[in-house]
Amino acid sequence: MCLGIPAKIIFIDDEMATVSVGGVEYPASLQLLPGASVGDFVIIHAGFAIEKVDLKEAEETIRIIHEIEKVSRNNSL
Amino acid sequence: MRFIDEYRESELVLGIAESIRKRSTRNIVLMEVCGGHTMAVHKFGLRELLPETIRLISGPGCPVCVSGTGFIDNVVKLAKMPGNIIATYGDLVRVPGSSSSLEQEKGTGADVRFVYSVLDSLDIARRNPDRTIVFPGIGFETTAPATAAAIFHAHKEGLQNFKVLSSHKVMPPVMRALIDEGVKIDGYIAPGHVTAITGTEMYRPIVEKYGLGIVVAGFEPTDILQSIKMLVAQFEDHDPKVEIQYSRVVKPEGNSIARKLMDEIFEPRDDRWRGIGMIPDSGLKIRRKYQSFDAEKHFELPETEETEPAGCICGEVLKGLKIPTDCPLFAEVCTPVNPVGACMVSNEGTCAAYYRYRKSEGHGR
Amino acid sequence: MEDKIRLHHGSGGLFMQKLIHDLFLKHFTNKTIRSLTDSAILSLKPGKIAFTTDSYVVDPLFFPGGDIGKLAVCGTVNDLAVSGAVPRYISSSFILEEGFALADLETIVKSMAKAAREAGVVIVTGDTKVVPRGKADKVFINTAGIGYIERKNVHISQGRRTKPGDLVLINGTIGDHGMTLLNARGDFHFSSSLESDCISLTSLIQPVLMNAGGIRFMRDATRGGLAAVLCEFAEKSGFGIEIDETKIPVKQEVKAMCELLGFDPLTIANEGKVVLVVNKLLGEEVLEIMKCNKKGKNSAVIGRIVEDHKRKVRLRTSSGGSRWIDLPAGDQLPRIC
Repeated sequence: MCLGIPAKIIFIDDEMATVSVGGVEYPASLQLLPGASVGDFVIIHAGFAIEKVDLKEAEETIRIIHEIEKVSRNNSL
Repeated sequence: MRFIDEYRESELVLGIAESIRKRSTRNIVLMEVCGGHTMAVHKFGLRELLPETIRLISGPGCPVCVSGTGFIDNVVKLAKMPGNIIATYGDLVRVPGSSSSLEQEKGTGADVRFVYSVLDSLDIARRNPDRTIVFPGIGFETTAPATAAAIFHAHKEGLQNFKVLSSHKVMPPVMRALIDEGVKIDGYIAPGHVTAITGTEMYRPIVEKYGLGIVVAGFEPTDILQSIKMLVAQFEDHDPKVEIQYSRVVKPEGNSIARKLMDEIFEPRDDRWRGIGMIPDSGLKIRRKYQSFDAEKHFELPETEETEPAGCICGEVLKGLKIPTDCPLFAEVCTPVNPVGACMVSNEGTCAAYYRYRKSEGHGR
Repeated sequence: MEDKIRLHHGSGGLFMQKLIHDLFLKHFTNKTIRSLTDSAILSLKPGKIAFTTDSYVVDPLFFPGGDIGKLAVCGTVNDLAVSGAVPRYISSSFILEEGFALADLETIVKSMAKAAREAGVVIVTGDTKVVPRGKADKVFINTAGIGYIERKNVHISQGRRTKPGDLVLINGTIGDHGMTLLNARGDFHFSSSLESDCISLTSLIQPVLMNAGGIRFMRDATRGGLAAVLCEFAEKSGFGIEIDETKIPVKQEVKAMCELLGFDPLTIANEGKVVLVVNKLLGEEVLEIMKCNKKGKNSAVIGRIVEDHKRKVRLRTSSGGSRWIDLPAGDQLPRIC
């Protein structure tokens, strides 16, 4: 249900993509995500790309998390 | 690895844990309903980072655990038939039915093969036209679209030797049923990848009816902790709502193409959840148009009887009403090497995860 | 010209003799085996002898970084090496399935000869049996190994001198072999440059034993991986073990494949990794000696022996939390959940 990992699309042939993560390449179906393009990061679950990773939101999440950490650190000083 | 490593940094994890500690003043019960979350909490060792006020319980998020002995018995029955090949996700292989498991059947000659993708089972079907390939469809809304895609392909190709035995289930009905049954839950950590497919609209009625918070969480340690922080904040502020923590993947509208494919192939049906019983509209059944790919119809499988092994309290554990150490069989008779109930055999089952935390410092709950 | 193994290759007569001369002795060239006596008559230094045996049934037979032949030599050599012994002599017995390609057998035998030379051992005796088609899976190999072990190193395999504070070291990245094999079986269609780490460890371990001392315990981390070695040793020694996940060397590719399949790299098999428990005062020195050796260039101190949580292994995760490491229950199965 949940095991999904972000991987980068490096090649597309019709409905099948080759994705890459950590130096490993792997085939994934784009049947559920036909709008994906080479260069996109997508979540792969059981051999299917289920959604794209939104780079802006990813950065925003990281920014918030860093902010929380900074506040925590300052409060404990 | 990008979008993974940066969400695992220990300073960030410890920072969020600290801020949760400061924010949480009242006792709160949070339930996660996703096997992936259960595993992540274990893998990253997050429980010990939570304050005493937070009780984190694992709900019925493990599709294998909730499938029940009847489903396993049917898969075992199909495995025993000569001429069948069972092509299955690894999760199912060691789960005990009432008398056997796929692993045991494999050991006595049944043709059972692991696949990572359901598309591999289509390949097996193409390469073995004189055999019948049965794919047990387990999983929730993240995995059901993949099964739907496979049936769609099989239909297009006329691949008649491919059959699916569906045990797919959907989340919202069980999330409601648990609270209706009296399980005390102050907030749900909602499954990130399920929601990436379904969108968040389905959670709104739950928040409105029951007044608890729902945060859609990712699977990295900072994701889970941030989600807990958000739920704690909602609880402390008496402001229950649906929020998305996993915004880099989950959109409020979800993946409409995946949902459309699911709707094309499947329709809702009442389904049995281990330890909870029948929940209306909580399962997915293959529609009549595609019934030639439905293993239930093809093999005329009977309605299944559910039998809990004597002493096993998986049902109550799944509901979060009891903890594994309450079970008379836990760690004595029922261990990961010798599991009695599904909560122990599945790696992310509550009992299996608990077995690994036992005698841990911190809260081990 | 025959190209496949037939039943007559195992029946002791002309065809078997021809197989031995034309194939096995072409690559196993030492005087002892060439004499083809029923027993190999050997000399060993006076003192203690270390003796081990293992059978090899790996599938597929050939994989990136090695094959069943290389495994059969290195695996047995390593069992001796990690006991503190100097491996000297190996026996090799083959059970061949009727129909097995002779060319493949030759490749395997050649590989064994090469591995033996690299490991400084001699294959001095052997046996060949052929079973009908279907009664074995292509080829099974059993190797037994003898080495001599100095008295001062005999305690190592039991780890009886272990003390709290001792350091836990490993000579490189974990999970390479198991994930390479998984991939080689073709079930998951991963493409990567990952190779098995199969190699003999004598030339890594002996310099440590000779120049530094202070080794309390060693074991090679084969099936069950690093997790199995740590859990078994904790149980046996009665001590607790603390491991720092950030210090465990793991290749990106292994991490990625494990993430995709839901595997724990700590439980994945290795064939060229030794876990050492070392006197804390000598830890740095041992590490330096290992790192100078190409078989140990990624060596690291990954943890230590402790008084707390006796018999259990605690992992401080890279995210700041902690959990227990448990003995793996069986082979990992790929999860979707």
